[in-house]
Amino acid sequence: MADDYPSVDRVMGGPAGWISIAFPTILFLYFLGLLPEIAQGPQVHGIEWVPSLGVNLSVLLDGLSMTFVLLITGIGAAVTLYSARYLGNHPDYPRFVSYLLMFMIGMLGLVLADNLIMLFVFWEITTIASYLLIGFNADNANARRSALQALLVTGTGGLILLAGLIVLGTVAGTFELSQILTMGDMIRAHPWYLAILLLFLAGAFTKSAQVPFHFWLPNAMAAPTPVSAYLHSATMVKAGIFLMARMNPALGGTDAWFWILTLFGGVTAVFASVMAMRQTDIKQVLAYTTLMALGTLTMFIGAGTHYAIMAAMLFLVVHSLYKAALFLMIGIVDHATGTREAAVLGGLSKVMPLTGLAAALAAISMAGIPPMVGFIGKEFMYKAGLGLEGFGAFWVTMMAFAASVMMFAVGGIVALKPFRGDLRPTPKAPHEGPWPMLAGPLVLGALSLIFGLVPGVLGYYLVGPATHAVFGQVLPVELYLWGGINMALILSLLTFLAGWLVYRRHQSIRDRLAAFEARSPIDFDAGWDRLLDGFKAFAAWQTRLIQNGSLQRYMAVMFATFVVMVGGTYLLKGAFQGVPGLSADGVHPVQWTVLGLIVAGAILTVWTHSRMTAIAGMGAAGIGVSLIFIMFSAPDVAITQLLVEVLVVVLVSIVMLRLPYLPRRSKTRFRTGHAVIAGGTGLVTTFLLMSVMATDFDRRLTTFFEVTSYPEAHGRNIVNVILVDFRAMDTFGEIVVVAIAAIAAFALLRGAPRRKPEEES
Amino acid sequence: MQSLILTTTTRLLAALLLMFSVYALLRGHNLPGGGFIGGLIGATAFILYTIATSVDEAQAALRVDPSNLAMAGLGVAALGGIGAGFAGDPFFTGQWLFLFRDGDSYVPLSTVLVFDIGVYMAVFGGILTLVFALEQEI
Repeated sequence: MADDYPSVDRVMGGPAGWISIAFPTILFLYFLGLLPEIAQGPQVHGIEWVPSLGVNLSVLLDGLSMTFVLLITGIGAAVTLYSARYLGNHPDYPRFVSYLLMFMIGMLGLVLADNLIMLFVFWEITTIASYLLIGFNADNANARRSALQALLVTGTGGLILLAGLIVLGTVAGTFELSQILTMGDMIRAHPWYLAILLLFLAGAFTKSAQVPFHFWLPNAMAAPTPVSAYLHSATMVKAGIFLMARMNPALGGTDAWFWILTLFGGVTAVFASVMAMRQTDIKQVLAYTTLMALGTLTMFIGAGTHYAIMAAMLFLVVHSLYKAALFLMIGIVDHATGTREAAVLGGLSKVMPLTGLAAALAAISMAGIPPMVGFIGKEFMYKAGLGLEGFGAFWVTMMAFAASVMMFAVGGIVALKPFRGDLRPTPKAPHEGPWPMLAGPLVLGALSLIFGLVPGVLGYYLVGPATHAVFGQVLPVELYLWGGINMALILSLLTFLAGWLVYRRHQSIRDRLAAFEARSPIDFDAGWDRLLDGFKAFAAWQTRLIQNGSLQRYMAVMFATFVVMVGGTYLLKGAFQGVPGLSADGVHPVQWTVLGLIVAGAILTVWTHSRMTAIAGMGAAGIGVSLIFIMFSAPDVAITQLLVEVLVVVLVSIVMLRLPYLPRRSKTRFRTGHAVIAGGTGLVTTFLLMSVMATDFDRRLTTFFEVTSYPEAHGRNIVNVILVDFRAMDTFGEIVVVAIAAIAAFALLRGAPRRKPEEES
Repeated sequence: MQSLILTTTTRLLAALLLMFSVYALLRGHNLPGGGFIGGLIGATAFILYTIATSVDEAQAALRVDPSNLAMAGLGVAALGGIGAGFAGDPFFTGQWLFLFRDGDSYVPLSTVLVFDIGVYMAVFGGILTLVFALEQEI
């Protein structure tokens, strides 16, 4: 994969490379400097953006966002350094880096947002960046399909989340997270709580690929390997986890929260770890173990005890460290050997010792073997699971145990098997990776070891403050490698035993799973295709039905809709008060004349067989209407109406003059339908206006404009003052529409290929 | 369709219509008129000219591309709104300047007028874009 493009000569990606490496590195160091401050307590900064809607650019920096920020910038630095070598000679490398930085900014904004609307905006940026990155190899149909799938799944979730954000903001009366998080009791007792929860979880579950929305994530591995390591393992897919953790003080702690999260999380974790065993491509194996980690995190956030949250926060860091290292490692192996198939690789440690070392460090942490930090993570998960009550304790512990056993076995598959034994023949002669690609996995692997040896540092600066932020109360957090002989340790030992047995037999297990999968009727990916095909068929059907290109049909649909919806509402609401007593007294002869003009124009339009005459008739009716406006002293409306009528007649005439002469169609069936719609429209409008006349006119707005127009807006023409001052934003929208309509018509007219003269005649 | 009478009259009428359109634009705040109506009247002048002569001549007389004029109108209208920002007020709050104040008479200048000029340009340019395209292509 890595070499089938025309290479461009760049040193470490050229300027784009250096900028992309410097950006996360500088940010990482900057936030690292803030770490001691944030460990003491959260900070909120912000400026107002749209104060009337409560939308602010505000930043909430606490333990949780700090942990994410350091992961995003730290792993970001490793990944950009890696990419500069991995893709630096790709012709589109600058484009790649722009997407990557765009994603980084989106992700940073997302985790730092204190305003729900701001959070949503950045949430969508990460979705779009992910789409662009998965589809980076745009000439590959599979990459395009995967990109679109990821965009549609996470984008749909994002829209549902937006609904949830708005409902939550309405219930809480503010969009500021720092305030909402203190209102947990009120929100949980609110009748809309369940709706908010479900909307939020729809967003979080799609983003973090929980079953049954998981299928996009393994497909997203079509992206270049650094992207998989960064977005679809360490950061973006954790945005859903972040959201759940962030909202825990406000939404968490209820039975619904507990069961939804632990059940979905548990099922995802176990399903994913079984699927991981099934894969032969090591990158796919890692994709499914990422899914497993996301499930586990969801489950422990759902469990909600102090220990569970602590376990989740610890595992979050642990997983990001080892998983990013493993993804980057497999990228090196792929680069060096030309394959990622587990069955083909073997004995690589002889030629790639440093890669092997990084893989070993990361995999030992993943397997949860002491003294790596992964071991501590697993211990705390077991402790948290055992500390729950009733069926919850059994479920969470069992799921965590099953997932950990699989992790142990997968650790062997990805890091032990390719590097041990005899060197096997591969498509390319393997060689050690270059230093920029090795630096990331080695440092990340080393951190897994260092944090395992001195867990107190991790606990004090990151896991502790993050746990406080998520749990909502300040309770002591102490991490340790050796907790004495207890139930969790015994479970750990059982994990190693079971994991080893699974690893020994993993090839036959894989074959059986493959056979089972072949028979299984449930295929999420194919189901997705069917869903999409159905949507497309539906869209095509309704387009053919509604937008068939016939202007007559459009007008008929519009007016029929008007008659049915407005007329129906009118009848259902009982607005019909009978025909009011109409009297012709006091109608001036001039008004009768104008009325006659309108009626004559309308009749002429319907009666005539010539299109030109019909247009002139309509123009006459329109001019009659503007005369009525003049009589009832609305000169502005009258002038506008008059001008528009004239322009319409001119424009339509221009078109008509050049069209071939056609006698109007006079099929009786056709005309009857039109007569019904036209008559209905007229009747509904008439009755509507009669009801309006019958009710008392609310003069509040009129009075307001009359009183304030001159003193406040210095204008005596109220219509104009409303247009340009009181409602200037609306007018602005309208002139934008005018301009866009003109440009669109221009494009349609000029864009159409000119017909040849002989066809025209 | 060339008509000597129409062509001759149009020279006079178009100029009058254009002057009247500016008049309608400027008086709009206190009397019937305004940017929208002014823009429509101004467009009518050029449509008349187009029908009497040709699109090319009308385009030459206008000098600028009407679609550019429409876009510039949006920009001018937005400027009228942004002006409020410098005074620390929300977007589109009218800002006023009364020059040569002498008792009751003065020359009022405002961001509202800037906005109305933008409306004029957008409507004028938008309609002419449409008419020119129609005349040329059909």
